[in-house]
Amino acid sequence: MKAVVTVIGKDSVGIIAEVSAECAKHNANIVDITQSVLKDYFAMIMLVEIDNISAEFATFQRELCELGNRRGLDVRAMHEDIFNTMHRI
Amino acid sequence: MLNINDILETVNMIKQENLDIRTITMGISLFDCISDDQKRLEKNVYDKITKSAEHLVKTAQDLENTYGIPIINKRVSVTPMALVGANCDKEGFVRLARVMEKAATELGINFIGGFGALVQKGMTKGAENLINAIPEALAVTDKVCSSINVASTKAGINMDAVKKMGEIMKEAAYLTRDRDSIGCAKLVVFSNIPEDNPFMAGAMHGMGEPETVINVGVSGPGVVASAIKREGACDFSHLADVIKKTAFKITRVGQLIAYEASKRLGVPYGIIDLSLAPTPAVGDSVAYILENMGLEKCGCHGTTAALAMLNDAVKKGGVMASSHVGGLSGAFIPVSEDAGMIAAAECGALSIEKLEAMTAVCSVGLDMIAVPGDTSASTLSGIIADEIAIGVINNKTTAVRLIPVHGKGVGESVEFGGLLGHAPIMKLSDYSSEEFIARGGRIPAPIHSLRN
Repeated sequence: MKAVVTVIGKDSVGIIAEVSAECAKHNANIVDITQSVLKDYFAMIMLVEIDNISAEFATFQRELCELGNRRGLDVRAMHEDIFNTMHRI
Repeated sequence: MLNINDILETVNMIKQENLDIRTITMGISLFDCISDDQKRLEKNVYDKITKSAEHLVKTAQDLENTYGIPIINKRVSVTPMALVGANCDKEGFVRLARVMEKAATELGINFIGGFGALVQKGMTKGAENLINAIPEALAVTDKVCSSINVASTKAGINMDAVKKMGEIMKEAAYLTRDRDSIGCAKLVVFSNIPEDNPFMAGAMHGMGEPETVINVGVSGPGVVASAIKREGACDFSHLADVIKKTAFKITRVGQLIAYEASKRLGVPYGIIDLSLAPTPAVGDSVAYILENMGLEKCGCHGTTAALAMLNDAVKKGGVMASSHVGGLSGAFIPVSEDAGMIAAAECGALSIEKLEAMTAVCSVGLDMIAVPGDTSASTLSGIIADEIAIGVINNKTTAVRLIPVHGKGVGESVEFGGLLGHAPIMKLSDYSSEEFIARGGRIPAPIHSLRN
């Protein structure tokens, strides 16, 4: 099972490092990563494997969200199926 | 990997445009609860509801977390109580409403629907007792919703029931006069009631439904309004296409949640109701969709055409996204629950006459409209009769949920709070329908009911 982690907000140094560290902390394996910066606006998307994560998915989500709150970013982790369902027939 | 723009679009719909799953509603059959002993009946009903929906709220919360989409309401609908409690007297039905409330509280759900009866052709003794119990039942409960079907295209209109429901609305308003007559916000009168509707106040678990079922109602007026705004000055063909594509995406999420909920609960999936259901939150309004199409204010000339196109395009997009579509499926226009409708009513752009015309092309009817508290029962019945006739003749569902706010008049407003919102009290005709309503009897089914 994979989850999509989205990070949206104002660009600053170390965002990827911190989000990656949070993933590593929970044993969530990053399988793909893409990002774009438009002016000061930062958007990163990570695809992570969550089958073997060390905590409940809800805990992983909450801690990512808290990280986002500390950095003034919108960070979410959502099951990939919501995107697959919505955008693929 | 998924396209970055697609992912950001989905996140934006949830974060900025109020996309949510409006409700997961579990339908539960109560036929096996029937007993001629009132106490046993009450115990059976309580046990069946609490056991069947034991995991509903927790499952919905888990789905909310996993997919990152808010699921606003968790609800239960049951077999119309007039059938389950056919032996009950008026007091017995009030007791049953309390049992429903107690079960809903135990489960942690938001609403429970099905305190209702189907009386399109006539009333059984049980149905009559239930209807007489409605005002008190709605006054002593918070979560119980009531719906009465007074007409169908096949049966015509039961005008005795229409007359009765005007009186019941008045009484329900009076018994909840200390709370701005909120009892009436939980009471809806239908024609052609769907048996699998997940939305309140009209949800019930129909007679042809399985033992238990999961029905899901989607939402997303804000998403459609934003999509239209982004397209700018395009023509109607293009506009219809934009709405269809958006409705498709919204409904797909509903389908995913319904499928997963059904799997996790071990309960068959029934239908997706692909309605655009507004909330009082700014940006979550059906009226704003119509205004984004180019109308200065919802209710001005052109509004019915705009709503007709919206309703049709939502269905076309949604039906492709789901394996089973049902319920009400279309655009809702509840006045107090829609920030744009409230604003339009307050500035005088939207009248009850225009709303009635709009209901001929939208998915339900005159919904959450506050009217003066001194409106007579026969005038309320007249409004019901008009609206129900639109449904019967056009072979569609229509419904009436009016709140004759006790002690208030035109120019004042009423605050219900939460999803029910607030509303200005609308002006009605000053002339009487009394003699017309007093006739009683049945308006025969229209000629096109004879399709066999």
